[in-house]
Amino acid sequence: MSELAINDLHVSVNHKPILKGVNLVVKQGEVHALMGPNGTGKSTLAYTLMGHPNYEVTKGEVWFKGQNILTLSPDQRAHLGLFLAFQYPVAIPGVSVANFMRAAINSQRKAANPADKGIPIPEFRKQLKQIMEVLKMDPAFASRYLNDGFSGGEKKRVEVLQMAMLKPEIAILDETDSGLDIDALRIVSEGVNKLRGPETGILVITHYQRILNYIKPDYVHIMMEGQIVESGEADLAIQLEEHGYDWLKTKTDIVMG
Amino acid sequence: MASDTKILEGIGEYKYGFKDPDVSVFKSRKGLDRHVVEQISEMKDEPQWMLDFRLRALEHFLKRPMPTWGGDLSKLNLDDIYYYVKPAEATGRSWDEVPDTIKNTFEKLGIPEAEQKFLAGVGAQYESEMVYHNIQASLEKQGVIFLSIEDGLKQHPDLFRKYFSTVIPIEDNKFAALNSAVWSGGSFIYVPKGVKVDLPLQAYFRLNVANIGQFERTLIIADEGSHVHYVEGCTAPTYTTDSFHSGVIEIIVHKGARVRYTTIQNWSTNVYNLVTQRALVYEDATMEWVDANLGSKLTMKYPSCYLKEPGAHGEILSMAFAGRGQHQDAGGKVIHFAPHTSSKIVSKSISKSGGRSSYRGLLKVYKGASDVKSNVVCDALLLDETSRSDTYPYIEIDEEDVTIGHEATVSKVGEEQLFYLMSRGLNEDEATSMVVSGFIEPLIKELPMEYAIEMNRLIQLQMEGSIG
Repeated sequence: MSELAINDLHVSVNHKPILKGVNLVVKQGEVHALMGPNGTGKSTLAYTLMGHPNYEVTKGEVWFKGQNILTLSPDQRAHLGLFLAFQYPVAIPGVSVANFMRAAINSQRKAANPADKGIPIPEFRKQLKQIMEVLKMDPAFASRYLNDGFSGGEKKRVEVLQMAMLKPEIAILDETDSGLDIDALRIVSEGVNKLRGPETGILVITHYQRILNYIKPDYVHIMMEGQIVESGEADLAIQLEEHGYDWLKTKTDIVMG
Repeated sequence: MASDTKILEGIGEYKYGFKDPDVSVFKSRKGLDRHVVEQISEMKDEPQWMLDFRLRALEHFLKRPMPTWGGDLSKLNLDDIYYYVKPAEATGRSWDEVPDTIKNTFEKLGIPEAEQKFLAGVGAQYESEMVYHNIQASLEKQGVIFLSIEDGLKQHPDLFRKYFSTVIPIEDNKFAALNSAVWSGGSFIYVPKGVKVDLPLQAYFRLNVANIGQFERTLIIADEGSHVHYVEGCTAPTYTTDSFHSGVIEIIVHKGARVRYTTIQNWSTNVYNLVTQRALVYEDATMEWVDANLGSKLTMKYPSCYLKEPGAHGEILSMAFAGRGQHQDAGGKVIHFAPHTSSKIVSKSISKSGGRSSYRGLLKVYKGASDVKSNVVCDALLLDETSRSDTYPYIEIDEEDVTIGHEATVSKVGEEQLFYLMSRGLNEDEATSMVVSGFIEPLIKELPMEYAIEMNRLIQLQMEGSIG
């Protein structure tokens, strides 16, 4: 059973401290929600965990599979079984969804076994087709260029598609609900729910409570000003929905004090 | 982004840099004068008119100053070059007739194999002469002519003389004049009315000895309603001294015909590559240039379409990849002489490790050429801070009733793109390669599958070890 353990993580962007001592453990099989107002460092945490070069860790550790992964490059972290669904997926013109997907799968297979010859094409096609059906994606989508001219909803579906194909042990969903209408949100959530199980740990980062109506978290954490100020079970999200974030402000002062 | 040692490793990646012993049966002395030209003409046993043509061209070449635009030609020493190197006594029609050393080279380059698998005909040029030229018997029966240019002149003198140098006159530019004086090798192609050649015809150009100049001359005549696709590839050994390649390609696309000319230029990085390519396109005919330049020290090449009659259509897809020490000055020219003509230019250039690629294009519409449609797109991709990209898009429009589009972009392989791809497990090299191959995909998908695979492989080789 692997787990992602974040210990006292401090991160700066352009020398400005954003994360100020984050502690969090996400285990395989658990679904955690990380909530909080905009600008409190939720996406910074997501990028830092995946290894974006612009995020400077000034203190702390992130343990996964027996090592501190902060020294690893993003591809090495992916090979260990970490995945980030981006809030703003990047377009790669000229590279089809299918070709990209196959290259990604093969890079991970090769990392696990240098002698691997890559996924057989019929097997790949079958998997891709199945998952695209779950996500209600037109099969023609596979030959479109990755995120190039995609609508917001299409981009998010492709993120979940990638997650389903790559089968990570720990997946971070960074504001996957933003920009989705209710139907798209439902479809994307169903896709995520299909991946739920003892093999996958999920960290859902969100500003709004509504995605949690579809993806029921085991634990909820609230982040404010670069720290997790409150943790609880699913009902914490409902409390937030009713009272907003203001009642937590005093809590922040206590922690910061 | 790239460290120096890695760049140096990358330079060693040129796969075609091997050399054979010099097996030539004749070599002119270094440098150029009237005597060298006469010698070439005599060895080819040419009619008097051709010798006269060559001498006229020589005179023009000597008079004309070196161009000062485009690439740096100041280090090109025209006196230090062998202008004619004859590799074998004759052009073979079977590979068994080709001398072993030369045959082995083309086998290493995979040419006979490709011929068996997916080509309608092959010409192979080694140094100054075509050593092999053959076409499928079924096409020959339909009247398709695919010969070395010398055999074209010998066997079809009237057809040859009717078209030769009508597309690119001696006076066109200094290097067209030089080629006209010392031309040797290249193909002569005639496709009769209505005949469609489904598989490509391919010519492969190989330089072997050092300090050689190769001056092939190709003439393609597509008669009314015919189709043909001609592909040329080229490689050379890597030497510390410079070699020189200066071809002239003339194409006549008659009414309703369609010609595609694809180049995969992969010279070693000690070759100056200065080529003039032009097509005359008549009523409802289509000319397409697919021009990929990966190798050479300096390339100056602007395939052009002269749209002479209504309904003519011209397309130029240009791709340039400039690595360390390379300058690709490529692009295209389209001239609309007639109304209701259309054209499209798409240029994709990539610069890395200090390489420089330039797009240089001319779009011209003459007065009276109404209802012209043209679109020009040039995109440049820079892989690091030390590389350079320039765009020189000349547009001259003398007619009001036209629809012209033009867009140009320069982009860098973005940190966000790399991070995104790496987060899925690709390493930095693989991620960069993926962005690059996506960038040139619009061009690759125009190539027949075999060439698309080859192009992708060449791009991978160019990319390998280049990112620090």
